[in-house]
Amino acid sequence: MGAGHAHRLYRHGHSPVHALPPHTKLTAVFCFVVVVVSTPREAVWAFAAYALLLASVAYAARVPPLFWLKRLLIEVPFVAFALLLPFVAEGERTEVLGMSLSVHGLWGAWNVLAKGTLGVAASVLLAATTELRELLLGLQRLKLPPLLVQIASFMIRYGDVVADEMRRMRIARESRGFEARGVRHWGVLAKSAGALFIRSYERGERVHLAMVSRGYAGSMPVIDEVAATRAQWTYALTLPLTALAVCLLGWTLS
Amino acid sequence: MDPVVTTAPPPSLEVTGLAYAYPDGHQALFGVDLSIARGERVALLGPNGAGKTTLVLHLNGILTAGAGSVTVAGLPVGKRHMAEIRRKVGIVFQDPDDQLFMPTVREDVAFGPAAAGVRGPELEARVLKALGQVGMAAYVDRPPHHLSFGQRRRVAVATVLAMEPEILVLDEPSSNLDPASRRELADILRSLDVTVLMVTHDLPYALELCPRALILSEGVIAADGPTAELLSDADLMSSHRLELPFGFDPKSVREKS
Repeated sequence: MGAGHAHRLYRHGHSPVHALPPHTKLTAVFCFVVVVVSTPREAVWAFAAYALLLASVAYAARVPPLFWLKRLLIEVPFVAFALLLPFVAEGERTEVLGMSLSVHGLWGAWNVLAKGTLGVAASVLLAATTELRELLLGLQRLKLPPLLVQIASFMIRYGDVVADEMRRMRIARESRGFEARGVRHWGVLAKSAGALFIRSYERGERVHLAMVSRGYAGSMPVIDEVAATRAQWTYALTLPLTALAVCLLGWTLS
Repeated sequence: MDPVVTTAPPPSLEVTGLAYAYPDGHQALFGVDLSIARGERVALLGPNGAGKTTLVLHLNGILTAGAGSVTVAGLPVGKRHMAEIRRKVGIVFQDPDDQLFMPTVREDVAFGPAAAGVRGPELEARVLKALGQVGMAAYVDRPPHHLSFGQRRRVAVATVLAMEPEILVLDEPSSNLDPASRRELADILRSLDVTVLMVTHDLPYALELCPRALILSEGVIAADGPTAELLSDADLMSSHRLELPFGFDPKSVREKS
């Protein structure tokens, strides 16, 4: 698909993971996350095994560790809550570094942190090896409601157009001496947001007109067929299947 | 169909007694009559608010006439032939960002034919041919918003050409184009073997491209004739709020096509 939407999350490459059809990768990541989430939190070693699995996928995809770890930072705001758990949870308490922490809370925090991090790590790998456009084709292939896929594809197409409109409105405001300082100016910003909404809505109507003019009748025509061979499916599903084995072991051992 | 057997092909576009009022009661068209023969290039001139866009939206059945009829290559515009009509009438809208709604140029050009059921190698061939006609074949995998405005306008023309239309309808094709892009687009339009209806304010552009012009004013066709003649008629022009750019004399321009 050429240079296309070279999104910041995507890393161009020609590894075997890049070459897999998008819907097999989506399925693999989804199943992997389900398996990880259903693992008992006491089976600490199982999570280490999952991390190893992901690391081997990253190695096969030739995604450098630093690139991968940096993108994991997106998780930070979401795990802040997990760090609070040991302090606020009820029940049996234990002493760590002179602080009284809840045992229950500690396990809870570990649970959120480990499963969250593995989920985000898997998604970052997916994003690094699959172009946005391909992801949409994959979702379409997996029979996601077509309306949702269309909305997502329009978001990609018009995100930049709307952002550009927003930038022009900001420049127009600033050119007339406006500077947002404090609460008193929120009204102006809110009105700009409203105007932007109306403009985007009207653009939506014009786009719809253009689509109808070219024969759109409610569903997107299929332009690119993506198909996967049995070998590709097997290759992609190795990850969740191995993870499933680890998960079952975790349940029997704990 | 016309029961009279004729040897000449039916006109690409035939509009008779077309009247239309918007749901809010504002009447935009009061009986428009016009006929465009196959292969003609015609300019539709008119001041703002004359009903040009309303007329254009009738040509492919997006708006349905209150009275009168529109016929495209012998096919009446109506619910029964809507898919066929939309394939035959290619409208290029003013803002290419509205026209180009798919993530890549290739998919956008493929949209129309794919919606009509074309698949596989034939679809690919259509896309490449249409992009070739506008000189944009090298940009097939680019996302539309990474192109310059002039390039986007050309791709917008290609999206419509890919449907192999009977008539190409362009809404303000020269708006926002720099002079070089303007000339490139003119060269492309001249090279196409298709009927063209060009809605515009840009009078020199109309003169350059279209031997014949129509003036739409207050919802009726006020004049129909050779473009150079209409533009030279100062009284006609000023009575319909049409003005030539400063220093432009239509009599000084030698006919090109």
